[in-house]
Amino acid sequence: MFRKLTLPAVLLAALAAPVIATAATVETEITDFSFPFEGPFGKYDQHQLQRGLQVFTEVCSACHGLTHVAYRTLGDATGPGLPEDQVRAYAAQYQVYDKTLNGGQGGDRPATPADYFGGSQFQGAPDLSLMAKARAGFEGPYGTGMAQLFKGMGGPEYIASLVSHFEDPPACAPPDFPGYYNKTFAVGGYPEECKNPDGTHKYPGSWVAMPQPLYGNDVTYQDGTDSNLQQEAQDVAAFLMWAAEPKLDQRKQAGMTGVLFLTVLSVLLYLTNKRLWAPYKRRKHEA
Amino acid sequence: MAGIPHDHYEPKSNSEKWLHSRLPIVGLLYDTLMIPTPKNLNWMWIWGIVLAFALVLQIATGIVLAMHYTPQVSMAFNSVEHIMRDVNGGYMIRYMHMNGASLFFVAVYMHIFRGLYYGSYKAPREVTWIIGMLMYLVMMGTAFMGYVLPWGQMSFHGTAVITGLFGAIPFIGNSIQTWLLGAGAVGQPALNRFFSLHYLLPFILAGLTIVHIWAFHTTGNNNPTGVEVRRTSKQDAEKDTLPFWPYFVIKDLFALAVILAVFMAIVGFMPNYLGEPVNYVPANPLQTPTHIVPEWYFLPFYAILRSFTQDVWVVIFANWISFGIIDAKFFGVLAMFGAIVVMALAPWLDTSSVRSGRYRPMFKWWFALLVIDFIVLMWVGSQPPEGIFPYIGLIGATYWFAYFLVILPLLGVIEKPLTPPATIEEDFNAHYGSPSGTPAE
Repeated sequence: MFRKLTLPAVLLAALAAPVIATAATVETEITDFSFPFEGPFGKYDQHQLQRGLQVFTEVCSACHGLTHVAYRTLGDATGPGLPEDQVRAYAAQYQVYDKTLNGGQGGDRPATPADYFGGSQFQGAPDLSLMAKARAGFEGPYGTGMAQLFKGMGGPEYIASLVSHFEDPPACAPPDFPGYYNKTFAVGGYPEECKNPDGTHKYPGSWVAMPQPLYGNDVTYQDGTDSNLQQEAQDVAAFLMWAAEPKLDQRKQAGMTGVLFLTVLSVLLYLTNKRLWAPYKRRKHEA
Repeated sequence: MAGIPHDHYEPKSNSEKWLHSRLPIVGLLYDTLMIPTPKNLNWMWIWGIVLAFALVLQIATGIVLAMHYTPQVSMAFNSVEHIMRDVNGGYMIRYMHMNGASLFFVAVYMHIFRGLYYGSYKAPREVTWIIGMLMYLVMMGTAFMGYVLPWGQMSFHGTAVITGLFGAIPFIGNSIQTWLLGAGAVGQPALNRFFSLHYLLPFILAGLTIVHIWAFHTTGNNNPTGVEVRRTSKQDAEKDTLPFWPYFVIKDLFALAVILAVFMAIVGFMPNYLGEPVNYVPANPLQTPTHIVPEWYFLPFYAILRSFTQDVWVVIFANWISFGIIDAKFFGVLAMFGAIVVMALAPWLDTSSVRSGRYRPMFKWWFALLVIDFIVLMWVGSQPPEGIFPYIGLIGATYWFAYFLVILPLLGVIEKPLTPPATIEEDFNAHYGSPSGTPAE
């Protein structure tokens, strides 16, 4: 009798679970961009990182900091790979505070490669050093993380979507509603007028404090690439991924070495084990 | 060691005899390594080695991380980034340590559910089981305190929530919480002591591991049939067993290599998949994350904690009968710890005369449901407590308790178990043929 009852209960529990949507989740639009560093064999594209650095320098850095990144790392072979003189020249554009100057009084001096990018200019503008890892949290669908696992969706997709998904606000919003309508941003303000009676949102996204930073053709790429909005968005997202995870190339290489080594070891141990047990597992051995 | 009759170490040369009469350490190692092991152990018996490896991995990587880490509120987050960016190989060491915790918990859950299915907790292995449960608690404490150390948003607010659980204890809760944190709120004293304890507890775990192994080396391993090894004579015992070295060492190492290949793929290709992205934002006491979620391995118990809200009748009843001392929050805390306590009491709650689930036709289904329940609770724990989730959580939590407190005791009475094979040898030969059969070579 128990057997009869349990099976349907098991099936019910297993089937009912995935079809229930989360009421509180704000719907957002995140495009599954394709980045060269996705997948086990993915690597950073040095030209893309250099273009992204240019977008960051000419646009983002007006407000946002990058405090965990040292100028010297711009010369890394697995990063933007700038030549040493360019790294020095890049750092020297910025002033840093040095407490050893003026006989201990402290003062500003031009930055050297050993110094770090500065902090954000406004309190409301977050530091972008780790943003590409901190904003990878749309582990959908239904919290299973499948999008991340199979499509390689993550923080770079979020960043590229955020900067390219500014749109005119829907007509329901009052014209003086603070912020800028963005279809990717989930945690901003949302006017009551645009909510359904049950509290759900009529339109994806929310209102973000940051004005639209990129419109296309904001920078003139030194390598001649067309600087349309999609291109700029992806380039800066790739650069920020590098800023958050500068050792990605090395990590994947170490992972590949480890997997290959352990696979070979597994095969050898499998054969050893089979041989070792063979005298005791005769029937299987014969078959 | 007592237990199954087998050959013991005999010192041969004069120097071996000299050492053996003063410190029989070689004999101890020999007896441990050559222990007679039931030859029908299946692939669910490999998780012990994985756990031992995980402990060593965590201690080895952890010692290196501690060389570069700073347990100070304004420097902790930066020191982790320093490890990730500037320390040689630091990104691999940290990602291995971070995902090593997940490896540890995958293995421990497989190990525990193996024990639950094959009745490994039953007499005479209750002490092994109880020590195992203690080890599981120490593991959870260690993992929790380790998660605090990077001092990200989830570290900080997770600590506030978890230590807040102790604050829910009536009358003395606030004092306990303050005592644990070393202050009225999460801050420098908490970070510093959690670092100290995070370094200490793994060594306690290592000590408990030795006791755990000692206990089951005394009783002998359980096996898929649940039938004991014959101890009538050394010859009989040898028909049921093979020495641990080399037969099980090689088998376990093969399994370990396969699991580590998967582990390396996760560390190398998606090291942050199992983590909470928001922990890459430095701790900010003034800004609470939208959803405070523990790491995946705590989720089932977190779901049980949250299931007992104040509109559940058991909670209302407990509140009324205790004159309001037990509120919903405290009830949830009791339920969460109770969920582990009932599991620890399994040896005395299970009344069946048959040990292995393989020969228990009804038990099999209830056990399968328990595994599904665990997975469903894990998923519910990851979702915000809104809509239908609290109800699923409540059903899941109820089943968890019902399994241990009602189903296990009742099944022993109403279930008609099948007859297990008389000996391990019989079971093994049924699968692999008798050794007296025609040789293949």
